[in-house]
Amino acid sequence: MPGFLRPPVTLAMVLLLWHGAYILMGRQSYLLPSPWQTLETLAARWSTLAPHAGVTIVEILLGLVLGCLLGGGTALLLALFRPVRRWLMPVLVVSQAIPVFAIAPLLVLWLGYGLGSKVAMAMLIIYFPVTAAFFDGLRRTEPGWLDLARVMGGGRLAVLLRIRLPAALPAFASGLRVATAVAPIGAVVGEWVGSSAGLGYLMLQANARMQVPLMFAALLVLAAFSVALYALVDHGLRRLLPWVPDDHREA
Amino acid sequence: MTPDDLGSRTGPLSRPDLPPAGTAPAVTVHAARLEWQGGALFDALDFTMPAGQWTCLLGPSGVGKSTLLRLVAGLAPAHADSRVTCSDGQPLTGRVAYMAQTDLLLPWHTVYANVTLGARLRGEAADRGRALALLDAVGLGDAAGKRPAELSGGMRQRAALVRTLMEDRPVILMDEPFSALDAVARLRLQALAAELLRGRTVLLVTHDPLEALRLGDRVHVLSGRPARLDAPLEPPGAAPRRIDDRRILDLQAELLARLAAAAAETA
Repeated sequence: MPGFLRPPVTLAMVLLLWHGAYILMGRQSYLLPSPWQTLETLAARWSTLAPHAGVTIVEILLGLVLGCLLGGGTALLLALFRPVRRWLMPVLVVSQAIPVFAIAPLLVLWLGYGLGSKVAMAMLIIYFPVTAAFFDGLRRTEPGWLDLARVMGGGRLAVLLRIRLPAALPAFASGLRVATAVAPIGAVVGEWVGSSAGLGYLMLQANARMQVPLMFAALLVLAAFSVALYALVDHGLRRLLPWVPDDHREA
Repeated sequence: MTPDDLGSRTGPLSRPDLPPAGTAPAVTVHAARLEWQGGALFDALDFTMPAGQWTCLLGPSGVGKSTLLRLVAGLAPAHADSRVTCSDGQPLTGRVAYMAQTDLLLPWHTVYANVTLGARLRGEAADRGRALALLDAVGLGDAAGKRPAELSGGMRQRAALVRTLMEDRPVILMDEPFSALDAVARLRLQALAAELLRGRTVLLVTHDPLEALRLGDRVHVLSGRPARLDAPLEPPGAAPRRIDDRRILDLQAELLARLAAAAAETA
């Protein structure tokens, strides 16, 4: 089967299974709406969904940008300064034992019901994958390149900027792909814990009122945006890093 | 194609804008002591590369050829107790160029950016005219804007040779630079290197006896643990020598015998 047919066929299979489940569960749309009912709700309630979707998308994008900047900066500091590496690295690793979900209520308490706590949530959830991937890339520079640069008389900063940093970009890209995939989770969890707007908020409200089709419509919007964002980031990274061989790219 | 065709490329190589021979110093390594995995790799080893000549170093794997080269390059391990002196009394630092077995081209840069890497690492302006002339001279004139992945192994190693020449250093260190190439590309690149690096003090570490005899003014075998140097072979004539020369083939037999003895002694 030609590759371009795979996504539509997969989508059709998922829709069929979904509809099958709908029939099996007795066609009760307050438990599980059919794909068609979900699409109907999506069209009918678009004016309700759109503003909430806008809020969530802003949260995801802000969290993604800030989290990547923070993670990238941390990785650079770790790579450049040995004391930072010795003191901060264990803290970072141990910090991963704390579930981000557990501190979500605290973030709402500290940063309020608005945008801030959700952006912070998304940032926190992507900070570690980005930092770890980029730092790993910075550490694993081909030793021959470093030898060559040393014989050429390159200074520490020049070697970092001209060799170690570009060499670590494929690893950074892997981290960025993971971050893109998980950032929506951070934003939505933040909204569930406490918010007055966003797709997560809407899903929670719809669920409580047994408006399950609306919940599914919100979920659909979120999934569509996440997939589109991932595809965009992946495409952008391929364009920006054309020298990376293909088997490296498939994260 | 005869070996002679492979050995003599004239024409673009004799351009006036190629680097002058300059005054290359002799270089001596005093490898007082170097511990490696519980034993002494070197113990009171003195090794001299005569000024403006090619010195070739052969020997069994693990005997310390590359380590000796790295001592000269200033890439010595931290615990090395060694000293490198030059015949002109100046320090060697900043007067060395290094070429490794792999081309070490940066995959994200074009060939041109790769061969001018040294200047950019030091924050100097790259000599564009010279880079393009040298690329032209090694037959990479059309490849200046390409990325390394688009080149064959031979082309990549030629680019690495140009990068080494762009450094314009009197002392050149080469660690098996041609070993990854197929036979024809290797002979071509040997001839090219012999011509372009003439007059510089060159250290060539190699596993290939014929390569050493083709290019080297002095050919040493390093053997034993701690390692010692034998009296060098000095092949007659100017490099690149013909590989079908009777005298070179006789020396090759002699060199192979020495290498076999060295392998037995080092193991």
